[in-house]
Amino acid sequence: MIEREILKLNVNGDEADVAALPHETLLDALRDGVGLTGTKRGCDDGSCGACTVLVDGKPVLACLTLALLADGSSVTTVEAAGTDATTAAVQQALVEEGGLQCGYCTPGIILAAHALFEENATPDSREVAVGLSNNLCRCTGYSRILAALERISSENASEARAGR
Amino acid sequence: MSTPDPSHTSPTSIADDETRLDVAGRSTPLCDSRERVSGKLEFVEDLRFPGMLCGKFLRSPHAHARIVSVDVTAAREILGVHAIITGKDTTRRYGVLPIGQDETAIAVDKVRYVGQEVAAVAAVDEEAAERAIEAIDVEYEVLPSYVDAQSALDADGPPIHEDRPRNIEKEYHHVFGDPEAGFEEAKVVVEDTFFHPRVTHAAIEPHGTIARYDGAGRYTLWSATQAPRHVQRGVAKALDVAESSIRVIPTAVGGGFGGKSEAFPQDVASALLARITGRPIRFVLSREEVFFLHRGRPESHVRMRLGMAADGRVTAVGCETIQDGGAFCSYGVVTILYSGALIAAIYDLKNIRFDGYRVITNKPACGPMRGHGTIGSRHAFEVLFDRAAVALDLDPLQARTRNLLHPGARTVNDLRITSYGYPECLTRVAEASDWRSKRGKLPRGRGIGLGSSHYVSGASNSILRGKFPHTTVVLQCERDGSVKLFTGAVDLGQGSDTAQAIVVGQALGLDAGQVQVIAGDTGLTPVDLGTYASRVTFMAGNAALEAARRMAAKILARVARDVGIFEDELELRAENVVSRRDGRVLLSFTEAVRLCVQDEGALVTKGSYWPPSDARGGKFRGGGVGPGVSYSYAVQAVEVEVDEETGEVSIERIWAAHDCGRALNPLAVRGQIEGSVWMGLAQAISEEQQFTDDGRCLNARLLEYKMPTTVDSPAIESIIVESRDPEGPFGAKEVGEGSLGAIIPALTNAIYDAVGVWICDLPITPERVLAALAERDDASAPRRRPRQPTVPRHEGSSTPQTLDDLTR
Repeated sequence: MIEREILKLNVNGDEADVAALPHETLLDALRDGVGLTGTKRGCDDGSCGACTVLVDGKPVLACLTLALLADGSSVTTVEAAGTDATTAAVQQALVEEGGLQCGYCTPGIILAAHALFEENATPDSREVAVGLSNNLCRCTGYSRILAALERISSENASEARAGR
Repeated sequence: MSTPDPSHTSPTSIADDETRLDVAGRSTPLCDSRERVSGKLEFVEDLRFPGMLCGKFLRSPHAHARIVSVDVTAAREILGVHAIITGKDTTRRYGVLPIGQDETAIAVDKVRYVGQEVAAVAAVDEEAAERAIEAIDVEYEVLPSYVDAQSALDADGPPIHEDRPRNIEKEYHHVFGDPEAGFEEAKVVVEDTFFHPRVTHAAIEPHGTIARYDGAGRYTLWSATQAPRHVQRGVAKALDVAESSIRVIPTAVGGGFGGKSEAFPQDVASALLARITGRPIRFVLSREEVFFLHRGRPESHVRMRLGMAADGRVTAVGCETIQDGGAFCSYGVVTILYSGALIAAIYDLKNIRFDGYRVITNKPACGPMRGHGTIGSRHAFEVLFDRAAVALDLDPLQARTRNLLHPGARTVNDLRITSYGYPECLTRVAEASDWRSKRGKLPRGRGIGLGSSHYVSGASNSILRGKFPHTTVVLQCERDGSVKLFTGAVDLGQGSDTAQAIVVGQALGLDAGQVQVIAGDTGLTPVDLGTYASRVTFMAGNAALEAARRMAAKILARVARDVGIFEDELELRAENVVSRRDGRVLLSFTEAVRLCVQDEGALVTKGSYWPPSDARGGKFRGGGVGPGVSYSYAVQAVEVEVDEETGEVSIERIWAAHDCGRALNPLAVRGQIEGSVWMGLAQAISEEQQFTDDGRCLNARLLEYKMPTTVDSPAIESIIVESRDPEGPFGAKEVGEGSLGAIIPALTNAIYDAVGVWICDLPITPERVLAALAERDDASAPRRRPRQPTVPRHEGSSTPQTLDDLTR
């Protein structure tokens, strides 16, 4: 029998000891080990981006990341969305602009958007599209997702101008 | 009890409501969107039950083989394995169509496609289940396999289904008017073949089911489904139990598009294994398994001929459609009938001939996919229309206006037109795209093209025969003034819960957010046929409106008695009961409800919807499929740039107008238009399932399937056209599917405008563009194209003349 190892994760600010098999993915460890099911599984091969989470602030595909490699890391999942200004704004804009329908890709979109705005608070439309190009959505045709994120970008730009 | 006369279904009085709408017509975010953006919405894979076991299928490696033996002895011995079932345990057939009862949850005697279920295991975890799957020993006797329509039609080996000796599920030959005379009257006749590869829904959420058995004959299924009543019916039939013993609770559906519209093997197998083990069983499919399950759009070959008079009138259409439907019927008979019947529902066509063949092949079964059945014939028609117009030196947009229907019209194949915003769609797209200054006038390499499409707004005839309503809803008000709508219709994220809440809110003078929608649970809600055929806003919306109007009447009558005013002098508005005469607030909505509850306890009304009897279609064979209660209309223009060196087509912009009757929720309407256009574009430019000669899918992954990403997706300008359907709730009709088809011919036509070639085979890859350009420049080097299959004539055939016999 293969032994489980205990990894120490910080998930959304909470310390969590998670028992994981060596071949277990971070996606399974989060969903079944930690019990946070907001992170979605769409393909298990890195195609769709629905499982995007942040590991130490960087976006990763949880279905392609071995859980053991995240030992000692801070992981941010959709369950933490809304607790910081960026994801709160992303949630709000997605809701108001119609940037979600079934909602299955939405957790990944929110975290990918978070990473995008952390790197560049005022991306142009091309940069927004490229930043979200790892995340498949089957419902919206992307147009309203991109519109929502472009709205945040321009809000950020006017705030920056006002701040100066 | 007398059955209500369906023709008495009261149409919404639009004039009465026109000036008063304040809830309907306002952009409203989805009612549960906060849950959707916080990871709280529960999809089937998110549910956990104590003692739950993992279910898994062993699947066939062969496209066509007899099962000689299945030995599970070794597998049963594996630690953690609780039960294994094989075809012996699942011999009862089911299928979504009464005439298509050809499936079993697990293959019995024979497998018919690579990936078909051969055994199912319940084990403590995925690892144990996988070890058991590997330990099952199956002996097959491989049979010749037929993986495309032509090879299945030419088969001389054993047929795929014994009761379908020619490997044809169904064929239809319809003639309306006098096509021969129509072609003779034509000034030009154009003809071509069109090829559409197999494409799939690719909802991001894979299918899944959890089943629990109570030990006393009752099953509960949590399933990612668009049609809980079809799941209930299928599972009940497969298990040989009463439908009432199966409760289906649809979980949040992570995208449907038609792919979750019937009972599936995992629904049956999870229920059976739950009964055997006494434990909850969960099946969640892998992405590859979703491709095995498929039920998407079939590979189709369309050969069409179109005759046009000098003024642009279409004088006749002939169409032969051959669909490679895969190994089982599913909704296939509906697909082939839609592909014929709906040729007629946009334009005033007098003479139509349709020959349709649904062929059975050794591939996963096809079924309903957004725009169901209409896409191939629409592509062919709209492209040939342009070709004829070009030959006659007519503007394609102008020429379309010579072929209009009108509200109140009946088409040659007996489809009833109630509202018709198509002309306005044409005008609006022409204006927005600046059509007149672009078409034929852009520099070489740039072009603009136009296409039209449409869809039924709810099918007039149910899959199930009978006089019952297509949907019933129950509305309940409680002491605190809260309102609950119990509806059988499942929301897939398209916003049908929100749409029904808007309808109820509008009728009760409440905000949509004050109406709680409880949807889909067969244990709580009355029968609704399911979320498909774009029927929910129209049908469940009308039922909700009826229930809400009855509720309003009840409340107003009680208040009238209380305050001593005639009830017709009262109305519900802005959360109050107000006097119609002077706008005075008499009571709050909550106070009024409380009065009623004092008298009679729970305050409940219901509403139902029957399609009107004059919308049920013609009396000919197959005439029941195609008639919709009403039809949506869509027109799209696309501007492209074609690189003649590389064959690359870049899409600059798309203008998409859609007649949805009335936009109850413009935000959701735009979302449906844009999502549909995008999905159609994906089929036009990149998506395609490919198979080896022995029936293996080569690209059963989202990356290889080539679904477009954000960077491949152009800007889409959506334009809402509101024709006010006389029978829709507040005038609304469908918006979820009708916009998918137009973009494909629009793109083909735009490429012609840019570089002068017609590309009739999908997807339109750079290779296909280059081959067409090479042929344009050197007629002696014709491009290679997919061949239209030929259907062998057979002894004793009553098959009438084919398209070829029509005079030119």
